[in-house]
Amino acid sequence: MDVKIIKYNAGNIQSVIFALKRIGVEAEVTDDLEKILSADKIIFPGVGEASSAMKYLKQRKLDEAIKSAKQPLLGICLGLQLLCKNSEENNTECLGIFDTEVKRFRSNDFKIPQIGWNNIEPIPNELFKGIVKNSYCYFVHSYFAEIGEHTIAKTNYINDFSSALKKDNFYGVQFHPEKSAETGEKILKNFLEL
Amino acid sequence: MLTKRIIPCLDIKDGQTVKGTNFVNLRHAGDPVELAVRYCEEGADELVFLDITATVDKRKTLAELVKKIATHINIPFTVGGGINSVEDVSVLLENGADKISINTAAVRNPQLINDLSATFGSQCVVLAVDVKNFDGVWKVVTHGGRTPTELIATEWAKKAEDLGAGEILLTSMDHDGTKNGFAIEITKEISTSVSIPVIASGGAGSMEHFSEVFTIGQADAALAASIFHFREIEIGELKAYLKKQNISVRA
Repeated sequence: MDVKIIKYNAGNIQSVIFALKRIGVEAEVTDDLEKILSADKIIFPGVGEASSAMKYLKQRKLDEAIKSAKQPLLGICLGLQLLCKNSEENNTECLGIFDTEVKRFRSNDFKIPQIGWNNIEPIPNELFKGIVKNSYCYFVHSYFAEIGEHTIAKTNYINDFSSALKKDNFYGVQFHPEKSAETGEKILKNFLEL
Repeated sequence: MLTKRIIPCLDIKDGQTVKGTNFVNLRHAGDPVELAVRYCEEGADELVFLDITATVDKRKTLAELVKKIATHINIPFTVGGGINSVEDVSVLLENGADKISINTAAVRNPQLINDLSATFGSQCVVLAVDVKNFDGVWKVVTHGGRTPTELIATEWAKKAEDLGAGEILLTSMDHDGTKNGFAIEITKEISTSVSIPVIASGGAGSMEHFSEVFTIGQADAALAASIFHFREIEIGELKAYLKKQNISVRA
């Protein structure tokens, strides 16, 4: 299977490569538009800051490539947020696939960022096939996508938020499936089997 | 609900897991990758590997070990020990580490915290803070506890947060290896002074100690080594106990 991981200036993506290797898939990291758009599956990872990530994507026309993708595409963490309409993080206009706003957590009582394992409540969906309600996934984030019509899993931290979104061939997860033990591996496998 | 994390720590010397008391008297605890895999299966939430090797080719052997760990485990792991530069971190992340921890180098050059978080994101920068109580004042110590500093522990933690540290790994040298319980007071003081998570370390000897550090100490995670290595406490059993105490853990 031809799996491409979109290369952009977004932190450490080695974990994703290693996770795919563990389930037997050698993925290539690339910013070559043709290669990305001819792949069977596209993974859009990312940790980092929204505005600089969007700027980088635009400079390399990766924004248009992502929007025109017809194959299954999975945004992870910042990847999910960039697929939304806009983000409060430096007031960034994002890709607008999901009709959802990205907000910052606000609380005096809770630690921000949320770091660690929290449970997800998925609605029946091919990405979460075989994943039971309240399965634990690993999160690291200060911003979250609101609940909306594209929400396919929700999680609560300070407030309810979308831990996964879906529209057509576009999927996004706020947690890190590559670091979420067996649950994460199952979700990655489900994605690769779409 | 976000759960409290249980983090086994593996001290690595020359490729082997070791564990001492108050940072001395090392004894062997086995192959780190095998141990890491066992902890994953038992339900550990994260792992920390601290390399205490002092040889010249340390960097290369550590990078190889990190790659082996990354190939075998599916939960986040942190690597620390002698990290001095952006370059050091880059090598470890390329080999599959999720986070790195810095200690002495950050005390010597606080700007390093800033450089690392700007380059790799604060989510992968764990600041290890080793503390010791001097006449009622918790101060930072470095070089594996051998060198005292004039830094006040809580002040240093707050400064590190401002510089971009993503988490604080707090170890009390007075408690480490004693099995008499965590340093509850200073854990609580730091945890309530910063908004980033605090991992409590040093002194775990019983399941009650964990429950205490999560409730009274308000730690976000707790780290221990020998009690897990030598199976004095099983992670599954510990989590079942904590659950009974109404502490949220990943089952």
